[in-house]
Amino acid sequence: MSDWIQQFFTGDTSFWTAFWWAALMVTGQIGLFMVVLLISLAFLLLLDRKVWAGVMLRKGPNVVGAFGLLQSFADFGKFLLKEIIIPAGANKTVFLLAPIMTLTLAFICWAVVPVAPGWVISDLNVGVLYLFAISSLGVYGIIMGGWASNSKYPFLGSLRSAAQMVSYEVSIGFVIVTVILLVGSMNLTDIVNNQEGGFWNWHAFSLNNIVIAPVMFAMFVVFFVSALAETNRPPFDLPEAESELVAGYQVEYSSTPYLLFMIGEYLNIVLMCAMLTVLFFGGWHAPFPLPFTEDMAPWLIAFGSFAVFATKVLFFFFLFAMVKAMVPRYRYDQLMRLGWKVFLPMSLVAVLVVSGYVVYAGVQA
Amino acid sequence: MDLIAFYILATIVTVAALGVIVSRNPVHSVLFLILAFLTSAGLLVLIGAEFLAMLLIVVYVGAVAVLFLFVVMMLDVDFVELKQGTLGYWPLGLIAGALMFGEIALVTFARGNVVSAGQFDPSPGAETNAEAIGLVMYSDYLLLFQLAGIVLLLAMIGAIVLTLRGKTSVKRQNIGKQVARTRAEAFELKDVQPGEGI
Repeated sequence: MSDWIQQFFTGDTSFWTAFWWAALMVTGQIGLFMVVLLISLAFLLLLDRKVWAGVMLRKGPNVVGAFGLLQSFADFGKFLLKEIIIPAGANKTVFLLAPIMTLTLAFICWAVVPVAPGWVISDLNVGVLYLFAISSLGVYGIIMGGWASNSKYPFLGSLRSAAQMVSYEVSIGFVIVTVILLVGSMNLTDIVNNQEGGFWNWHAFSLNNIVIAPVMFAMFVVFFVSALAETNRPPFDLPEAESELVAGYQVEYSSTPYLLFMIGEYLNIVLMCAMLTVLFFGGWHAPFPLPFTEDMAPWLIAFGSFAVFATKVLFFFFLFAMVKAMVPRYRYDQLMRLGWKVFLPMSLVAVLVVSGYVVYAGVQA
Repeated sequence: MDLIAFYILATIVTVAALGVIVSRNPVHSVLFLILAFLTSAGLLVLIGAEFLAMLLIVVYVGAVAVLFLFVVMMLDVDFVELKQGTLGYWPLGLIAGALMFGEIALVTFARGNVVSAGQFDPSPGAETNAEAIGLVMYSDYLLLFQLAGIVLLLAMIGAIVLTLRGKTSVKRQNIGKQVARTRAEAFELKDVQPGEGI
């Protein structure tokens, strides 16, 4: 301890450079990610509601703050101040653990998402697999919540949701495999850098590998639809189909636990948008080569790249909101058919085609 | 630092494994099992086998344990009643436990040189863990790998056959027919005169 104090006062920096500096940096990065995500989420929620309102020719929230900009914060305050109701006969520990788990899992996914060159908390070698693994855990929050509520509708909702999420995970996995095959790496930064140059190099279009371009575009669509199903968004929101199940697994939740569920759900949606951007839409790379950026300061390029990334994520979020506003809900057997009989064979064939092309043309580095 | 992380994770694994067998509520048991799986994945990351760790999470936690949880939640059995007679089985349990412990001890002593984390190479002959596994799996053990694939395929087909009963009383949706339906088949416009009905 005295060494530590001595080092501090003599200005010896070896203490900081050793271990604690790194730990502090990582903690700071995590904090920054969380704050930025939560604040942008507040406005994304508003955007979501405004888009639906626009489609329905309503005005949407417009009372709190200018243009309703502070609506999400008002909702937040309301959620926090209400009473937490735990139903009699509920399994209290699991009941409260479920929303916490949903939120935590939604947050820890972001640890590997590169939002700009070098702007990533942990540049894992198996980044894609990590994302896939963690998002496959998301189903637990829902099952636990539905079971612990000790009530019929939540339980039915959670059973539906679990079956749905497990089904669509399979095709998401195969779609990810096609991208991994093209890149030859599971590192998300490598995947993004493989799409450098312009929109013709993005995996969604793959015009540089013209033979498999239609296949990759189809895979992009499959991923988008599966992402809708995976996040329980309309038209696949059967877990909370209000006309059949009241609100699915969320029926018994109120106040802060409900808020945690909702934030977790929306974080997952934004994560799926980010995954679409990283895997198929070139991540932080601009759609056209920008020669004038070559002699710009690195920090300026980093912020510019982040802006490009954020714009793409916003675009996909807008698409998610438009889908919710326009498409009617699927029937449950249609949902299962789409997952197992359409998407799974399609993505399996795509894996075959892409791997054949990769071996034949030798595109991998 | 690695050592501290190892001991924390190992403690959690042990406690979770104990929780699996001790807890009265079977759902809690499964949740403890999931915790044990997750923490074991953490242990795998610690020795540098991150690919295996992620696979462990995807396969066991993401798929297998979900099914466990399903089954356990659907069972409406009074487990306290079920456990009444279990105390009589303790000699059998003791023998099984002693056997397993003996086997592990035998292997540990027979090998003698137990590799510690520092000397362990998680990705021999390749840059990453995933590559190393792929190289071994698709060259040295190709036949065994494919055999395992065939066994899994057979198991899958078997499961499907078991659920196929060819019931005629169930109404099945014919999606092709539903999609092909046109407005002309579904609608008929009638001009109803007042006071007459159709």
